[in-house]
Amino acid sequence: MNAPNLEYAELAPLLTVFGAAVIGVLIEAFAPRRVRHPVQVALALLALLAALVQVILLAGTEVVGAVGAVVIDGPALFLQGTILVMSIISIAFFAERRLESGGDAFAPSASTLPGGEEEKVLVRQKRLQTEVYPLTMFAITGMLLFPAANDLLVMFVALEVLSLPLYLLCGMARRRRLLSQEAALKYFLLGAFSSAIFLFGAAFVYGFAGTLRFSEISEALTAQIGQEELLLTGVGLMAVGLLFKVGAVPFHSWTPDVYQGAPTPVTGFMAACTKIAAFGAMVRLFYVAFGGLRTDWQPMLWAVAIATMAVGAIVGLTQTDIKRMLAYSSIAHAGFVLTALVAADETATAAILFYLATYGFATVGAFAVVTLVRDSGGEATHLAKWTGLGKRAPILAGTFALFLLAFAGIPMTSGFVGKLAVFTAAVDGGATPLVVIGVVASAVAAFYYVRVIVLMFFSEPAAESPSIAVPSVWTTVGITLGAAATLLLGLVPGPLLDLAQAAATFVR
Amino acid sequence: MTFPWLTTLIALPALGAVLTALVPAGRGTLAKQVALAFSLITLIVGGLITSHYLFDLDLGVEAERYEWIPEIGASWALDVNGISLALIALTVVSTPIIALAMWREAEAEKRDPKPFFALLLAVEALTLVAFASRDVLLFYLVFEAMLIPLYFLIGMYGGPQRRYAAVKFLLYNLAGGLLMLAAVIGLYVQSIDAGSATFFLPDLVALDIDVTTQRWLFLGFMIAFAIKAPLWPFHTWLPDAVAEATPSNAALLTGVADKVGTFGMIALALPLFPDASREFAPVIVTLAVISIIYGALLAIGQTDMKRLIGYTSISHFGFIVLGVFALTGEAAAGATLYMINHGLSTIALFVVVGFMIARRGSRQVGDYGGVQKPAPKLAGVFLFAALSGLALPPLSTFVSEFLVISGTFLRYREAAIVATLGIVLAALYMLWLYQRTMTGPVRPEVEKTPDLRRREIAIATPLVGLILLIGFFPKPLVDVIDEAVAPTLVEVDADRPEPLAPVAEVDGDDDNEGTDQ
Repeated sequence: MNAPNLEYAELAPLLTVFGAAVIGVLIEAFAPRRVRHPVQVALALLALLAALVQVILLAGTEVVGAVGAVVIDGPALFLQGTILVMSIISIAFFAERRLESGGDAFAPSASTLPGGEEEKVLVRQKRLQTEVYPLTMFAITGMLLFPAANDLLVMFVALEVLSLPLYLLCGMARRRRLLSQEAALKYFLLGAFSSAIFLFGAAFVYGFAGTLRFSEISEALTAQIGQEELLLTGVGLMAVGLLFKVGAVPFHSWTPDVYQGAPTPVTGFMAACTKIAAFGAMVRLFYVAFGGLRTDWQPMLWAVAIATMAVGAIVGLTQTDIKRMLAYSSIAHAGFVLTALVAADETATAAILFYLATYGFATVGAFAVVTLVRDSGGEATHLAKWTGLGKRAPILAGTFALFLLAFAGIPMTSGFVGKLAVFTAAVDGGATPLVVIGVVASAVAAFYYVRVIVLMFFSEPAAESPSIAVPSVWTTVGITLGAAATLLLGLVPGPLLDLAQAAATFVR
Repeated sequence: MTFPWLTTLIALPALGAVLTALVPAGRGTLAKQVALAFSLITLIVGGLITSHYLFDLDLGVEAERYEWIPEIGASWALDVNGISLALIALTVVSTPIIALAMWREAEAEKRDPKPFFALLLAVEALTLVAFASRDVLLFYLVFEAMLIPLYFLIGMYGGPQRRYAAVKFLLYNLAGGLLMLAAVIGLYVQSIDAGSATFFLPDLVALDIDVTTQRWLFLGFMIAFAIKAPLWPFHTWLPDAVAEATPSNAALLTGVADKVGTFGMIALALPLFPDASREFAPVIVTLAVISIIYGALLAIGQTDMKRLIGYTSISHFGFIVLGVFALTGEAAAGATLYMINHGLSTIALFVVVGFMIARRGSRQVGDYGGVQKPAPKLAGVFLFAALSGLALPPLSTFVSEFLVISGTFLRYREAAIVATLGIVLAALYMLWLYQRTMTGPVRPEVEKTPDLRRREIAIATPLVGLILLIGFFPKPLVDVIDEAVAPTLVEVDADRPEPLAPVAEVDGDDDNEGTDQ
C-alpha cells in the first residue's frame, strides 16, 4: 500500500497551526508553570501569523489536494485568512491578564467543583492555567479545514476537531462557573447530537451517490435516477448539522446560553470564527456538492432564513444581558447571510465572504469591550449596569456604539456594505421577499442596538455603576484593530470586495 | 482639472466638525467659535457656488465624479441643478444662523456645548452631500448616516422626554431608510440586469424599468421620504422630536434636514420611476391634502409652542408634497421654492420661540401674555415670523404657496380647493398664537422680559432680510429652479394639462394669434 501524496505547500497553513497545537500540549506537559504563559502566547501568535503569511502567499492557488479530500481554492483561502486574522485578535484577548484580579478570564482548574475547597485554594494561590492556548489552536485547525473540506468525511472530521475543544473552552470561565459549566454541557450535548445527525445525513448521501467526494456527488446528481428520497433525507440531515453550527433557527437555542456562559474572550472567538468556518463549509457543500439540487433545498433555506432573521430580531428585543443580546444579534446575522446563500448565484459567494469578514471584526471587538466593563462580580453584563457608560468612558462607549451601529448596518460602517452585498446577491437571485423581510428584521434589531446606545449616552450613570477596567496593551490593540477594520471597511470597502470577488470561485 | 468646488463645500463643514470635536475639554467658547467660523467659511464657498449659477459668475463649478467602490459601481458623484442649488443655499445660510441661535442652549441644560456644535456641522456636511449627490448609494448613505448626529442632538440636549423623542425619531426614520435600502438594491439589480452595475443617477434614470417593478421600488423610496418629510400618516415622530429638541435643533431638523425627504421625492422618485409616480400621484396628492388640513387643525389645538410649530410644518410639508406630485411645472417649481421659504420661516419661528423660552423658561403658550409691552422688538420679530408662516404677501412664502396651489389647480382642482383651506387655518393658528402670547394684559411673570440682545438681533436680521428679499425678487431663484424642474417633469412625461377655460394660445413669436377674432 502506498502512502498518499500530500500537497504540503498548499496545506502548510493548516499544518502550521496543527503543529503549534501539538507543541502547545508538550509545553503544557514539560515547561515550568511560570514560563508557560509567555511561551504559549508567543507560540500561538507566531504560528497564526506564519499561517496567515502562508495563506497570503498561496493566494490564487487552486488545488485539489490530499487525494481529493481537501481543496485549496479562493473561498477556502479567503476564509482561512479571515479565520486566522480573527484568531490572532482573539488570542490577544485570551492573553489579557490585567483585568481580572485573580489573573485571567479562565478558571484555575476547570475540573474542580465550582465553589469547592480545592477551587478556593487554587484561587488563593493565584494558580493560572494555559491549556486554553493549545485547545484554541486545535479548534482553529478544525476551522481552517472545515471550509476547505472536499469530502463528506473530512468535513465531519473538521467539524469534530473544531467543536470538541470549543466545548471545553466554554466551561472554563473563572467567574460564574456553574453557568459556564452548564453552557459547556449544553453545547456539548446539542453539538454532539447535531454532529451525529450530520454524520447520519452523510451516510444517506453516500448511500445515494456511492462516493464521499463533493465533485462526484454533484456528478451523481445528474447521472443517477431514483432513490431521491435517500439523497434528500441526507441533504436535510446534513443541513441540520451545519445550521446548528451557524446558529440558525430552529437550531439556535444553544446560542444565547453558550454565549452567555462561556468566558467572554472565548465567546468572541467562537461567535466570529465558528460562524465563518461553518458558513464556509455550508456554502461549499450546498454549491459544489448539492448545486444541482438547488430547487429542492432552496425552499427549506428560505424558511430557515426567514425564521432566523425574525427570531434573532424579535427575541433579541427582550434581552437584558448584553452577551445574550449579542447572541441573538449573531442569530439575526446568520439569517442575513442565509438570504445570500439561498440566492445561489455568482455574486452570492463573494457577498457571503465579505459579510463574514465584516461580521467577524465587529463581533470580536464587541465581545472584547464587554470584558472591560466590570464590577465586583466580574464582568457586568446586565444592561442596567451599562447606563451612563458614555459619560464615564466616552472612548470605550463610543467604540462599542460603533460596533453596534455596524451590527445595525448603518452606513459608513462595515455592516452596511456587508448587508448591501448579501441583499444585492439575494435580490439578484430572485429572493426579493427575503430581502424585504431582512430589512424589516434589521429595523427591529436596530431597536435593541439603539437601546444600548441610549443607555450608554443619554442616561445618568447608575448608583452602583461598574468600573471600567484599564486593559493591557493586548486588549487595547485587539479592540483598536476591530474598530479600525469596522470603520475602514465601511468607508473604503473596495479592496476587500475586490478580493472577495476574485476569491469567489470554487474548484471542484 | 479645475478646482473641486462641490467637494470643498462638503469637506469644510466636515473638517469643521472634526476640529470642533478636537477642541480640548472645558474650552466651550473656543469650540463654538471654531464651529461658527467653519459655518461662515462654508457659507462663503456656498455663496460663490450659488452665484456661479444664479448670476453667471464664472468660477468653473462643475460636476465631479471620482471612483469610490468601483467593484459595485458606486462613485463620489456630485453635481448641482436648480433644485439642489436652492437647497444647498438654504443649508449654508441656515447653519451659521442656527449656530448663533444655539450659542447658549447647551449651557442652559448644563451640558458640554462642544459635541452640540460638532454635530451641527456634521449634519450640515451630510445634508450638503445629500443635496449634491448624483449617486444613489451615496445619497442613501448620507440619508441614513444623517440620522446619527441628529439622534444625538435630540437625545443629548433638549427637554425631559428627549430620550423617548430621539429613539422615536431614529426608529421611524431607520425603518423608512431600511425599506429604501431594499428599493436601492432592487434598483441596482435592475442596472445589473441591464448590463452595467451602477449607482450613478443619470445612468439609472436612463434605465427602462417595467411598471410592476417600478411600483415596488417607488414605494420603497417614497415611504422613506414620506417619513422624513413627514407626510401624514408617517408624521407622528416629528411633533415629539421638535417639542423635545432645543429650539435651534428643531429649526435645524425641520428647516434643513427634513428637506432631504422632499428633495428625494422631486430629485429621485420622480425621474427614476416616472410611470409609478404618475400612477401613485392621486394617492399621494390625497395624503398631502390630508397633511395640510390635519397639521393645521392640530396646530390650532396645541398648547406647547414648539409642538405647535411642528404641526404647522406638517401642514407646510403637505403643500410641498402636493406641489411635487401635482406634476405640473408651476407646482413643482413652487414646491421647490416652498422648501426654501418654509426653511427660512420655520427657522425664524423656532428661533424666536427659542428667545422666548430662554427668557421665561417655558414652552407653554399659557405661560405668556402681553410680552409685546416689555419686549417690543421680540414681539415684532415674532409677528414677522408668524406672518411669513401664514404666507402673507409679499413675504417669500406667499410666492411659493401661490405657485403650488395654482399649479395644482390645473390638474387636481378639488385638491387645490381643499388646500386653500389650509391657508385660512394657517392664519388662524399663527395669529392666535401671537395674540395669546404677545398681546393682552401683561402677565406678572413676563413683566421684566428683556428685549432682544445684540446676538439675537444678528440672528433675526438675516432671516427677516431673506424672507423679504425672496418675497420681492423671487425671479432669479425661480428661473434657476424652473430650469431644473422642466427636465424632471419631461422625464415623468407629464404634459401640461389642458387649460381649464378655452383660452387662445398666446405665443411670444406670434402676437396676432391670441387677438384673432
